[in-house]
Amino acid sequence: METVTTHRASGPPAAPSDEPILEVQFDDLEQQHEASSVGMWVFLATEVMFFGGLIAAYAVYRAISPSEVALASQHLNVGLGCLNTVILLGSSLSMALAVRAAQLQSRRNLLWFLAITAALGACFLGVKAVEYYQEYREHLIPGWNFQIPAQVAAKSSSLPLDPRRFEMFFVLYFFMTGLHAFHLIVGIALVSVMALLTWRRWFSGSGETQIEVTGLYWHFVDVVWVFLYPLLYLIDVQS
Amino acid sequence: MSGHVVSVRTNITIFVALLILLFATVGAAYLPLESLHLPLALTIAAAKAVLIGLFFMHLYYRHHLTWIVSVASLLWLGILLALTLSDYLSRGWLDIPGK
Repeated sequence: METVTTHRASGPPAAPSDEPILEVQFDDLEQQHEASSVGMWVFLATEVMFFGGLIAAYAVYRAISPSEVALASQHLNVGLGCLNTVILLGSSLSMALAVRAAQLQSRRNLLWFLAITAALGACFLGVKAVEYYQEYREHLIPGWNFQIPAQVAAKSSSLPLDPRRFEMFFVLYFFMTGLHAFHLIVGIALVSVMALLTWRRWFSGSGETQIEVTGLYWHFVDVVWVFLYPLLYLIDVQS
Repeated sequence: MSGHVVSVRTNITIFVALLILLFATVGAAYLPLESLHLPLALTIAAAKAVLIGLFFMHLYYRHHLTWIVSVASLLWLGILLALTLSDYLSRGWLDIPGK
């Protein structure tokens, strides 16, 4: 940043301007930006561990009961899962363009891309709701209306299948996708707040740091789904 | 400003690459690969994660400190998975009564 910036603590309060405010504890804007970015990455590292617990549970159950997991996975809708992946990747592209718009101080583009990002996130949740409803109709929600499907029950008499392991796949499925959906709801709320603050011209500067940090969170949620999709949906689609 | 501005062209190229990888992973699931399904699916997912991390999350243009933090999270996840699975996968190896 070449332009001269003032510390908030010194001098008269800055009139609403397009210049970012440098807080007193930082040497320069570069360092201030870096601190926020690294801070968000540290938070995302803890989020990896948050999802890591579920992924470890999944790995154990898949390792000790591969046939039940493969059979249960066939009851998920591969097409809707794929559609949701496309939607989420699209939202990440939009978020990346929103960060670019913030860097270039293009307020109008920033608002548009934030709106598109939030809308695509909502689309993802809509498709997810359709999937959950299908699973409800098929009696596949553990603890609510779970029933072993008839064709699986027929197979389990000839094959050594453990119905409880079959049900456990759906426990893991709902916890993993549910936790992911919760993160997406938080992401949509964050993006909406950022859009509102941009609309109200609340940020000093164009909110570049804030938008970028929000973007990091959004992309992280996308990365989680990139792993969940093959792990849950694409285990045994051939038979 | 602080931070590298990624061009629209790069962003769209990455998005198209991600879509190609998505269709590759769905296509690979329908191939008769038997036990190679999981390693291949995880490799493609890792490639997508690397593309998103490097370009959408700007890791490629960032300070090394950010690299260390992002890779450290994978290290911890690796420790969690390795120690947990080493227990479960090795339980049947020795015929110890009462295990």
